[in-house]
Amino acid sequence: MEARVRASFISRGFRGRRQDPELAARIPPGQYLTQDFPVLSAGPTPYTPLDRWDFRLADKGQPVGRWGWEEFLALPRETITTDIHCVTKWSKLDTHWEGISLDVLLGDLQQDGRYIMAHCDGGYTTNLPIEHVLGGKAWIAFQYDGKPLEPEHGGPARLLVPHLYFWKSAKWIRRIDLMDQDRPGFWEELGYHDLGDPWKEQRYAGD
Amino acid sequence: MEGTAVRGRLTWRLAELVAEKPETPHAKTLVFGVPGWPGHIPGQHIDIRLTAEDGYQTERSYSIASAPDGDVIEITVERLEDGEVSPYLDDVLRVGDKLELRGPIGGHFVWDVEDGGPLLLIAGGSGVAPLMAMIRRRAQLKSQIPTRLLYSARSLDDVFYRDELERRSETESNLDVVLTLTRSQPAGWSGQVRRIDRAMIAEIAWPLSDRPLCYICGPTTLVEAAARFMVELGHDPARIKTERFGPTG
Repeated sequence: MEARVRASFISRGFRGRRQDPELAARIPPGQYLTQDFPVLSAGPTPYTPLDRWDFRLADKGQPVGRWGWEEFLALPRETITTDIHCVTKWSKLDTHWEGISLDVLLGDLQQDGRYIMAHCDGGYTTNLPIEHVLGGKAWIAFQYDGKPLEPEHGGPARLLVPHLYFWKSAKWIRRIDLMDQDRPGFWEELGYHDLGDPWKEQRYAGD
Repeated sequence: MEGTAVRGRLTWRLAELVAEKPETPHAKTLVFGVPGWPGHIPGQHIDIRLTAEDGYQTERSYSIASAPDGDVIEITVERLEDGEVSPYLDDVLRVGDKLELRGPIGGHFVWDVEDGGPLLLIAGGSGVAPLMAMIRRRAQLKSQIPTRLLYSARSLDDVFYRDELERRSETESNLDVVLTLTRSQPAGWSGQVRRIDRAMIAEIAWPLSDRPLCYICGPTTLVEAAARFMVELGHDPARIKTERFGPTG
């Protein structure tokens, strides 16, 4: 017997904390504002030395690009100021990053209707439709707030896809695979939403 | 339990607060009856949604602290004075009141007896809640899986489930509980007093050849440090699962 809840349920005596309307308009449904930068990871933080770090690109399993750390940093950089939203409910406004746009990395490859899988140190993966990482929507970030990205926040480099819940912004990224078919990544396989748009509150499969 | 996916849509359910019990001066356990609750695996959490009269809503996540038990689940809420949700759950919500929740959520930081052991549980503060669900599950199934809990709290008063942990560690075979009290200790305290460090973990973790299964939950600094010590001691990172967990408002 399922107890389906009507949207009209009111929590007796709950008033809640209201943000100034300008800020409130930037906070997706169900989220709350934090000033901290909470850390969430499924396992131990990997520590990959920069001289052993590289970033690889593959298309249907075939290697199409590889950059060492210095080569990667020599690519055209952008600075990004953006709001971020974690599925665990916190949102953080006006975060500052520096990174390489995925437009730069994927620009020469066949794109229409395809998907990417991000692969990370530690084995984490996450999947994205390619149209959600092109057109100035996604970066590989290596600086946060003007400093090298801390390991616990995904350093040396993490994916940054701020318009989606932050589990899509995979920490410790090392490789992107282009795919013709969508496949679920780590959390997507475990019941989280395939896309994860915070403004549609796509937290879990079926949302 | 890798691959224990949450399938289908997670619907909001109307749960009723059926009991509450203090755990510490700043935390209490809330027991909910949830009609239609599908069951859970220890380590999973729920989302709670509160709605004000004008339609304003906010949500928070809480780990389930109880073992699977029909349609009853327990969470332990630590009060944050300047929080939005925890003071409501502490002050306003009374037995008989209802609230919306959905779950169970999460399929990685989970343990059930078929996952085996030995089981090394490392907790900081309120991060002990999902690990308590594992300890209770182990007892519920009368499992003998060797289990150690290393639990860091500020003081004895801040230890969640204190009497129960003491009773279980005395009466259940193969269950050891090690407390470290980092800020203040009662007179005559002979236990640990340091923050969790490498030496403490080296002493409590099983030998590498036993391949312990390790769950670490607590504030970021504790989780980062404990996980790093485990890896540096040579334990397989794939057998170390972490959840960052601090009080949420």
